[in-house]
Amino acid sequence: MSTAATKSMTLGEGGTALAFAALAALSLIVLAQAHTPEYSFHAFLFLAGSAAAAFWILNRYFERPAALPPLTVDGLPNYNFGPVKFATIAAVFWGIAGFAVGLWAALELAFPALNFDLPWLTFGRIRPLHTSAVIFAFGGNVLIATSFYVVQRTCRARLAGDIAPWFVVVGYNFFIVIAGTGYLLGITQSKEYAEPEWYADLWLTVVWVVYLLVYLGTIKRRTESHIYVANWFYLAFILTIAVLHLGNNAAIPVSLFSPKSYIVWSGVQDAMVQWWYGHNAVGFFLTAGFLAIVYYFVPKRAERPIYSYRLSIIHFWALIFLYIWAGPHHLHYTALPDWAQTLGMTFSIMLWMPSWGGMINGLMTLSGAWDKLRTDPVLRMMVVSIAFYGMATFEGPLMSIKAVNSLSHYTDWTIGHVHSGALGWVGYISFGAIYCLVPWLWNRELYSLKLVNWHFWISSLGIVLYITAMWVSGILQGLMWRAYTQLGFLEYSFIETVEAMHPFYVIRALGGALFLAGALIMVFNLWRTVYPRGAAKPSGRVAPVADAVPVLAR
Amino acid sequence: MSLWQKHAIFEKNSIVLVIGVLIVIAIGGLVEIAPLFYLKNTIEKVEGMRPYTPLELAGRNIYVREGCYNCHSQMIRPLRDEIERYGHYSLAAESMYDRPFQWGSKRTGPDLARVGGKYSDDWHRDHLVRPTAVVPGSIMPAYPWLVRTDLDFRHIADDLRVQARLGVPYSPEMIASAIDDTRVQASGDPGSAVDLAKRYPKAQSRDFDGNPERITEADALIAYLQVLGTMVDFRLYNNRANIR
Repeated sequence: MSTAATKSMTLGEGGTALAFAALAALSLIVLAQAHTPEYSFHAFLFLAGSAAAAFWILNRYFERPAALPPLTVDGLPNYNFGPVKFATIAAVFWGIAGFAVGLWAALELAFPALNFDLPWLTFGRIRPLHTSAVIFAFGGNVLIATSFYVVQRTCRARLAGDIAPWFVVVGYNFFIVIAGTGYLLGITQSKEYAEPEWYADLWLTVVWVVYLLVYLGTIKRRTESHIYVANWFYLAFILTIAVLHLGNNAAIPVSLFSPKSYIVWSGVQDAMVQWWYGHNAVGFFLTAGFLAIVYYFVPKRAERPIYSYRLSIIHFWALIFLYIWAGPHHLHYTALPDWAQTLGMTFSIMLWMPSWGGMINGLMTLSGAWDKLRTDPVLRMMVVSIAFYGMATFEGPLMSIKAVNSLSHYTDWTIGHVHSGALGWVGYISFGAIYCLVPWLWNRELYSLKLVNWHFWISSLGIVLYITAMWVSGILQGLMWRAYTQLGFLEYSFIETVEAMHPFYVIRALGGALFLAGALIMVFNLWRTVYPRGAAKPSGRVAPVADAVPVLAR
Repeated sequence: MSLWQKHAIFEKNSIVLVIGVLIVIAIGGLVEIAPLFYLKNTIEKVEGMRPYTPLELAGRNIYVREGCYNCHSQMIRPLRDEIERYGHYSLAAESMYDRPFQWGSKRTGPDLARVGGKYSDDWHRDHLVRPTAVVPGSIMPAYPWLVRTDLDFRHIADDLRVQARLGVPYSPEMIASAIDDTRVQASGDPGSAVDLAKRYPKAQSRDFDGNPERITEADALIAYLQVLGTMVDFRLYNNRANIR
């Protein structure tokens, strides 16, 4: 407070505080007029959130020194790791929440009494909560945390913006809260992986545009002449998700005071737009973004350069070009025209090549460092994740072949395939990145490598149980549906094929429980890393230069 | 200077990289999506298709709210076993008024594209209240609150109005009488039902949930389920009509 005389409010501070005040006022009006109590509740969350944000921005202004944090200190970049820490903690929190909800959903399928006849606990509302929690809440926070870390490190520049990075991480998590509580309350578009309603979508659009601007702004500040390959993948992820989000969520709300909206596309067009979005949520959110993690964290941890620069160029452009075409393989044999299905299938098969190109580039980065797999379980986790990536990107093209798809579609085989990618690939690369990030960010030695080992083996056992159970149940059910008796009648009624799934649903839930148990071990390990018992063990690494951590993160 | 070195332009200029990415990702989507808005077999008009009645639409919105798509598809593929199990394969036109489409991606439960008319209203009500009462072995959650909760259709005309703006042929008359139509269809008053059937051909009006005192969410949901897949009369449908 000492230099208040020369201190002036920045345009960002004043502008965002005003914008939040306006949003609070609007939320108050909506709160009073809302058509449903559920929507009133969300208006209340918006009101409370924006009031708190306006207060925090003003309070932060009064507490901060006159000068904003310098871009460099003693010639070294003054990295801003506060938002990275926030997103890392959020990722771990949502990860546990998302895995737990997934386990609950799996148990509901095995033991339907667990639905308890409660609206908010039914499988139909819990399942989108699980998918959004793991993909967008866990995965999204991992991506935001790692991208904000990597872009600063590889550009050797402080994160652009003062309030903007905080707006991105806090605003994104606010979106998660709105989306998740909405599903439980029955507010959903019922478009797979795009369930949030119009107002949540609008909010996310604002957050995402700021995310892109912060990212590009940081790249602009770079002191390296080349943009590092990980940043290409992060950029492609941010840009494409923006395009997909806008296209798939184009909707008109029934009223400002109603949570309900109607999508501008209908029927077959909506189906195509949805799976153009849906498959590229896989391609760009769950693949391109996490490949960026591979391109930074694997070479860092293995202390080896990326295997091939040229392969990364081919990998990048081929991957983003081909992925976009793959959506129609979710619509084989539907009312979508055949030519579109065939295009989707063909490009899905071609996609196998850049996928494996990327896998090779990641794995071969370990050339000369393979021995580390024995001693470093974190690196092992990341390498196994790349192996899972290879497996899932082989299985995917296989399942996109129409003849195979006629059997696999609508069955648990799809669920198994998704989880070999989600648990094995996205999960493990995220855990690997978090195990790297937490010690780097908090400047500590990781508490226990032995516990990482336990995490790895318990989770791996869980994944194997999960995937194999779903393969068997999926193929079994697909075959039962098309089984005929000798007299030419369908052999099984539908409910008989459902009853046959029970043992596999139990095994799958057990697999999920093991995966969750592994993640809980990680939480304990990270907790002990950040809050060591007794004296802290500082890592040998150079301390991150003085970062101005705002009050919220302390 | 090799081609590899030319790539430096993307690596040294973030805006060029951004533009490059946007162009590369635009191509596939444009090729696959844009034609669907003018190709004859994706915008075909099929005899019998009409917009949902206000009650059916309210029922559909409950279907959407509860996330039924997580376990039920509404898309019958032209495969022998599916046609024998569920009925004629689904046409693009049959979901032309579906916003959003509910084709689904998983059949934990059976396909519902042609569930209309397959079971009685009573069966549906009992099934919603306690699925195992009519299908022992079912793993579907129970939805007992649907028969207990009054349907909120105060704003149903707004729903029709928005859909009309999006091109669904709801006439001003349909919008004006939306609330009355909801009440009429759920109570089955024979006099007014004639008017309703004029606006929405073959609309079924009756008390769907077995409780004539109230218009509940179950009324709406069952009205929706009972119309699914029944609009097109496949004895009259000519599958060659839209082939060029």
